[in-house]
Amino acid sequence: MLLKFEKRPVASELMRYISPVLSIAMTLACGFILFGLLGKDPIKAFEIFFINPLKTSYGISELFLKATPLILIATGLSIGFRANVWNIGAEGQFILGAIAATGVAIHFDYHPKLLLLTEMAIAGMLGGMLWAGITAFLRTRFNTNEILVSLMLVYVAQYLAEWFVHGPWKDPDGFGFPQTVLFTENALLPTLFDGLRVNLSLLVALFFLVIAYIFIFKSFSGFKMLVSGYAKAASRYAGFSINSSVWLGLLAGGAMAGIAGMTDVSGPGGQLTAHISNGYGFAAIIVAYVGRLHPVGIFFSGLLMALLYLGGEQAQHYLNLPASIGRVFQGMLLFFLLGLDILVQYRIRYTGFTRKEA
Amino acid sequence: MNTMASSPTPLLELKGMRKVYQTVVANDHIDLCVLPGEIHAVLGENGAGKSTLMKMIYGVTQPTAGKLFWQGQDTNISNPSQARKLGIGMVFQHFSLFETLSVVENVALGLDNPPKLKQLAQDITEISNRYELPIDPFRSVHTLSVGEMQRVEIIRCLLQEPKLLIMDEPTSVLAPSAVRKLFETLRQLAAEGCSILYISHKLDEIQALCHTATVIRSGKVVATCTPANETPQSMARMMIGKDLTAYKHQASIPGETLLKISGMSCASNDPFGIHLNNIHLAVRAGEILGVAGISGNGQKELLYAISGEELVSQSDAIQICGVNVGKMNARGRRQLGLSFVPEERLGRGAVPEMSLQDNALLTMIKPVVVEHGLVQSDKVRAYASACIEKFDVKCNGPQSEAQSLSGGNLQKFIVGREIMQDPKVIVLAQPTWGVDIGAALFIRQTLLELRNKGVAILVISEEIDELFEISDRIVVMADGKLSPTKLTQDTNVEEIGVWMSGLWPETDQPTALAAV
Repeated sequence: MLLKFEKRPVASELMRYISPVLSIAMTLACGFILFGLLGKDPIKAFEIFFINPLKTSYGISELFLKATPLILIATGLSIGFRANVWNIGAEGQFILGAIAATGVAIHFDYHPKLLLLTEMAIAGMLGGMLWAGITAFLRTRFNTNEILVSLMLVYVAQYLAEWFVHGPWKDPDGFGFPQTVLFTENALLPTLFDGLRVNLSLLVALFFLVIAYIFIFKSFSGFKMLVSGYAKAASRYAGFSINSSVWLGLLAGGAMAGIAGMTDVSGPGGQLTAHISNGYGFAAIIVAYVGRLHPVGIFFSGLLMALLYLGGEQAQHYLNLPASIGRVFQGMLLFFLLGLDILVQYRIRYTGFTRKEA
Repeated sequence: MNTMASSPTPLLELKGMRKVYQTVVANDHIDLCVLPGEIHAVLGENGAGKSTLMKMIYGVTQPTAGKLFWQGQDTNISNPSQARKLGIGMVFQHFSLFETLSVVENVALGLDNPPKLKQLAQDITEISNRYELPIDPFRSVHTLSVGEMQRVEIIRCLLQEPKLLIMDEPTSVLAPSAVRKLFETLRQLAAEGCSILYISHKLDEIQALCHTATVIRSGKVVATCTPANETPQSMARMMIGKDLTAYKHQASIPGETLLKISGMSCASNDPFGIHLNNIHLAVRAGEILGVAGISGNGQKELLYAISGEELVSQSDAIQICGVNVGKMNARGRRQLGLSFVPEERLGRGAVPEMSLQDNALLTMIKPVVVEHGLVQSDKVRAYASACIEKFDVKCNGPQSEAQSLSGGNLQKFIVGREIMQDPKVIVLAQPTWGVDIGAALFIRQTLLELRNKGVAILVISEEIDELFEISDRIVVMADGKLSPTKLTQDTNVEEIGVWMSGLWPETDQPTALAAV
């Protein structure tokens, strides 16, 4: 073997931060080739994909609007991921949050705006926590695998949402479309700037980023979760309950995904539709990892992921490329990041042609 | 080193061997000469560079500089397979055996061109008879004792008819009787012309066994001597570069019982674990109770039960300071005044990726540093810094990652951290395992001081000499059971050594309470 991976004596702090940047660069490089192979002028395609969405204040507002649920969900997930609690079902928790918030919005539409929005936010969080709680219960009680359970519950949640919009909550005046009534003004999040769609939820996301920062780096509970993520035996030795880490990790993810679901129905859409499941819950996993499970990193990676979404839409409109081009970029980003993360723990060494024996 | 013209050609000669890992110089210009049939000790503290040197001889790593002569020929050993072909065998400190496979299957896996299993089993039996290393080739490895596993490793080497056998700290896992057995085997091998490189930091063993010793300190050869002409003190001085301070074991009057285990039995969850059987044990304020025994006889399970990492069904089976704690978790027991130093430092006693400061927080109850759920990190940092200073932990301050410390230094930090919690009861597993002599002395001294202050101390150790040095009473653990307790002055290494194989006289008294 010419090259071999050699474990670093100490994990490289530098590589930990370089690897996301490098993976973005490699994604762009591969995108460049991809556009070329698709017969598009790569420079022009890049401009349309990455620059066009940011040219106007409207575009910037859309970027933040799109990034908000991603940041919210990724923030919640990062709490669990740090403790090795693998909540893959944020998509389902997002849907449950949306359903719960919708229930409040259409049944209590006579409440004053501030009260109603607060109730919707709480309902959304509880909905997401309920869904994540099922996974936590099964994991702590029966030792089921949280990856499988949380993932499978996504499909249950999708059917549940469809049942609501086809059944009890179907808009009688909706020409048979699977959707609820449009929410009243009181149930809609106020926008931050006139004429732009970015709304209050952005501030909510920033607020939770700060909370998450304090929880992860300053609180004793956050410390306990970190220990259980690094070394289970040390956690037991210290007397920290692993089950409470599982509960806390899943409930934090569920609550944040739930409130993200609330901001989705309460935002520009203003209703629950059968298309509530839009993949944010899965994209947020990438956001969490590209952001190094760190609140500040998640903020920027959320914006990046939102740009990939918007760029994908632009590419669809102006380049005649399929919508999945955005997904391809997301996939490449995660792929390169996970690949490059090996370099945090290992380095590549040139060994020449001598055969080595383990 | 110069060999005289009349001497035979050395089997192995190293000249100016040097190995640099990144910034650390592990070996610096090492010369070494092993004659045929010689038992040659490589003596040094942990971290002195012994293992690195052996790895270069066995071809696991390549030297940065220096020459290796094998039977007078300049040789470059690039991998272990080549080393084996030359006739070099090595028995590592940590065995590489698959527990679910049989002895003969394990041996076959370690050979470059294994014969048929049936033939191999015959070969194994033949070797085991010749060198009195009894082993059944078809037994599963997980049923073997540690000593028997070592036999398998030795037989695996001997099958290749080595000219040089490297033994890395072979006695660290053996009972005294097994050590004597091993020495007989090694002497027989040497008499047949096989040279042995014997790595150790145990001075008495080297005196008993080795013809020549090369002493290494900080990666350099500091002396070559004939152990028979030296005293343990003089060799210790060469090894650590200064005189050791002796400590005193004063008599003490033990107080009330602070840790009590009464009639505890529990089945292990681990398929290869040991079931604890009717354990009675009591440790009083101001005394040290030593638990001797070969590891894998229930020590791990006993420690899990005492620390609270494993709960027991009967709440009153374990009492700490008079409180029933069978169902209380580890943190609860700490709040009652228990401190615990586990055998595994990285991953259990400390989180490898975390800083020393965070690792101090891991078991910190006093002073209170969590207010409104938030950690007061300045207080934790001060505590960690105090521990580093008081226990002379060599590191780059409280922010150093635990895994960046050497084993001995991390052990000092963990012991220090636990002692600074001002415990009423402290339980330590292998407190000086892998720790250099100076640090080991310091830790033992600290334990004696704690005892004199009225702390109840339980020490579980494989090092029988250590237990005799510090314990007031000794009990033996074998096969999940505890022997009767003996006052240290009423017993001796021989008796305890016999008991370690489970052969103690049955008594009607509940064991370990005998002296209470």
